[in-house]
Amino acid sequence: MEHIISLSIENKFGSLSRVAGLFSGRGFNIESLSVAPTLDPSISMMTIVTTGEERIIEQILKQLNKVIDVIKVVDISESEYVERETALIKVHTRPEDRAEALRIADIFRANVVDSSPTSYTIEVTGDVPKIQAIINLLQPLGIKELVRTGRVAMGREPTRTASAQSRPLAKVN
Amino acid sequence: MQLTGAEIFLESLKREGVKTIFALPGGVVLKIFDVLHQQKDVEVILTRHEQGAGFMAVGSAKATGKPGVALITSGPGMTNVITALADAYMDSVPIVVFSGQVPTALIGNDAFQEADNIGLSRPCTKYNFLVKDVNDLAATIKEAFYIASTGRPGPVLVDIPKDVSMDKAEFKYPDSVSIRGYSPTYDGSKWKIKQAAEAIAKAKRPILYVGGGVVFSGASKELLELAEMTQIPVDMTLMALGGFPGNHPLSLGMLGMHGTYVANMAMHYSDLVIAVGARFDDRVTGKVSEFCPQAKVIHIDIDPTSIRKNVHVDIPIVGDCKRVLVELNTILQATVNGNQRDLRKPWWDQLHAWQTEHPLQYDQDPEGQIKPQYLIERVYKLTEGLDPIVSTDVGQHQMWTAQFFKLANPRTWLTSGGLGTMGFGFPAAMGAQAAYRNRLVLCIAGDGSFQMNTQELVSAVVAKLPVKVFVINNRFHGMVRQWQDLFYDGRYASSYLDQYPDFVKLAEAYGAAGVRIEKVGDVDAGIQEALSIDGPVVIDVPVYQYENCYPMIPAGGSNHEMLLGDPPDLKKPSPTGKKSSQQGQDTILTA
Ligand SMILES: Cc1cc2nc3c(=O)[nH]c(=O)nc-3n(C[C@H](O)[C@H](O)[C@H](O)COP(=O)(O)OP(=O)(O)OC[C@H]3O[C@@H](n4cnc5c(N)ncnc54)[C@H](O)[C@@H]3O)c2cc1C
Ligand SMILES: Cc1ncc(C[n+]2csc(CCOP(=O)(O)OP(=O)(O)O)c2C)c(N)n1
Ligand SMILES: [Mg+2]
Repeated sequence: MEHIISLSIENKFGSLSRVAGLFSGRGFNIESLSVAPTLDPSISMMTIVTTGEERIIEQILKQLNKVIDVIKVVDISESEYVERETALIKVHTRPEDRAEALRIADIFRANVVDSSPTSYTIEVTGDVPKIQAIINLLQPLGIKELVRTGRVAMGREPTRTASAQSRPLAKVN
Repeated sequence: MQLTGAEIFLESLKREGVKTIFALPGGVVLKIFDVLHQQKDVEVILTRHEQGAGFMAVGSAKATGKPGVALITSGPGMTNVITALADAYMDSVPIVVFSGQVPTALIGNDAFQEADNIGLSRPCTKYNFLVKDVNDLAATIKEAFYIASTGRPGPVLVDIPKDVSMDKAEFKYPDSVSIRGYSPTYDGSKWKIKQAAEAIAKAKRPILYVGGGVVFSGASKELLELAEMTQIPVDMTLMALGGFPGNHPLSLGMLGMHGTYVANMAMHYSDLVIAVGARFDDRVTGKVSEFCPQAKVIHIDIDPTSIRKNVHVDIPIVGDCKRVLVELNTILQATVNGNQRDLRKPWWDQLHAWQTEHPLQYDQDPEGQIKPQYLIERVYKLTEGLDPIVSTDVGQHQMWTAQFFKLANPRTWLTSGGLGTMGFGFPAAMGAQAAYRNRLVLCIAGDGSFQMNTQELVSAVVAKLPVKVFVINNRFHGMVRQWQDLFYDGRYASSYLDQYPDFVKLAEAYGAAGVRIEKVGDVDAGIQEALSIDGPVVIDVPVYQYENCYPMIPAGGSNHEMLLGDPPDLKKPSPTGKKSSQQGQDTILTA
């Protein structure tokens, strides 16, 4: 089953590789990983999407907790949460397709963030099905390039989340 | 006062109470060596290979419980010490290794003797640090020792670029450490401990499955108290030996792949397994689906990842063995009633029956070749009163030592369990000897393994470390040959050491003493002679070549299905009557 793990980690030299190395070294699945600093620049938040049987997920959570740079680990898919992903899609547009591309972007509340005589670059944010859906619709026009951020997620109130509860952040707030 | 990085290094070691370090110099650490050279507080033992330095640090740490320290240079020095780091990581040994690094400005430039020390050591250390600024050095060293020695112990690497050792900073050693992502749990949940006590009170066939955690935690006394109070039998892992007295009537000896018959049967038929600081390694569980089929499992361990990693656990208790056992004993003292000896009688009757059915055994023909087990048992008997520290290499001789050397005290056993590293025994023994100059330190070595670190003989001579190395010389990678006997139709692919050194002359070449024992009748006198020599001694003991180690649970087998001796169709020359073979004249069986 899919799990979304949110963790706060020391924002320092090598800490990302400690987490990435843990997954590769122990043969755990990693579907996506995204990381960026928080309000406290000494801490980063990481969202990891992984799959596995319950026993494996339990090991993953414990092993992540054991990494000394990791400050807090929450399996946010255990309760209610919101998740988003952003994709940038560069779609090939023949003159007769340009209107169609704009219409599709509009339906998904996506933005055209760049344009050239033969392409539009479309930015779309949403959950995975939404992003998959716009990709499917744009595909017949011809997708030249696609980048996705990987998913970020947050537990819904009053769920305890790493960012809302961890000590160092509280200091900043 | 401003100190250089090298001086800060020295002052920090002194604050940590380090008396000895194991080291080998190189360009980027010369400043540190120069400072060490001009003082007497910290002794520097020069090794001849960085792996030796790493294992000496491990031996010292295992024997004392305090972090062992090694100092090595960048690039090849670092790659050479990796094996020792990996070994310490698998066996939870607290060591702190300091590596030199190229100057900070050159890092990442493929500079001379540059290696990515942090990347190389990340998967085999508990933590590692690159010190980029001399102002961080003292605090980093403090954290390194703290991380290595607290919680589940383990190796830590501190990488020091050359310029950091030369730059100056104000020296201030922190009094305490606080790391927000690291706070081991020492006290077990009271509620779970109470559940454990209830389960123990109800159990009919309980067994204590004890691991290295008991030794690390210093919980031997509490364990003995628990076992005696409840009359529960004790199985030890390879890493736990010495943690419970091997001679105690409640000890069933080692369990697992080469454990005793009774120890493994007890696990298989138990209704309550109480695991204390043990990690359910595959050499212990055998086939997981058939592991302890009737038992409820209590697991006490300081590391949550050890719990439920391999097997299902009913009552998990995260905490330090000693603290949890103190708590558990207190509850049991108040609740256990009735005569435990009577209560446990049916279980003990069964255990005693298993014990007599298949004890550890071998036969020694007084006129025949020396059997490895006989030699090991005689070394044990003749040194029993001296409370020796015993190290081993890896292979058959290691398993026989585990079976026959009934150690009485914790921290007297140095062996490589998790990584199973040949070449471990001798340098580890040296490290223990450096920490305890006046104790007897023995190494039971394999002829194959010993050759992986013989260069340290000269380090032992120079540093005056009078380790006694018994080379169980079967002219074979014996453990490999045993598997080939059992699973490869006796085809001895690269397990026969047809060309091997004269170990006596080898010892002498390095300035150590050499003794050879060739006849059964000479064993005792030979051992005594070696023990009486004041300095490092290599005792070469040519033994019967084809002895196999039993009991054995074939890999992936179930715990109650042990091989208890050679299969009847196994062909091999008899040890009886034949004179002990001379170098180069061994006959080798072909299948
Ligand atoms: C050739 C060969 C054959 C082998 N055959 C066998 C065999 O027959 N039988 C056998 O047992 N082993 C055997 N081994 C060794 C085996 O591979 C493992 O190393 C060993 O079983 C692990 O022992 P352990 O469970 O005690 O764990 P250790 O590696 O000693 O781990 C200790 C455990 O205790 C925990 N711990 C640490 N500190 C504390 C504390 N303060 N409080 C609580 N918990 C703590 C740790 O988290 C860890 O889970 C063999 C090895 C070799 C090389
Ligand atoms: C560094 C290393 N390489 C290879 C092995 C695989 N191995 C395990 S036991 C063994 C043979 C050990 O031979 P020896 O030291 O003579 O001991 P014996 O089994 O003969 O007692 C080998 C090669 C190992 N454990 N370690
Ligand atoms: Mg051998």
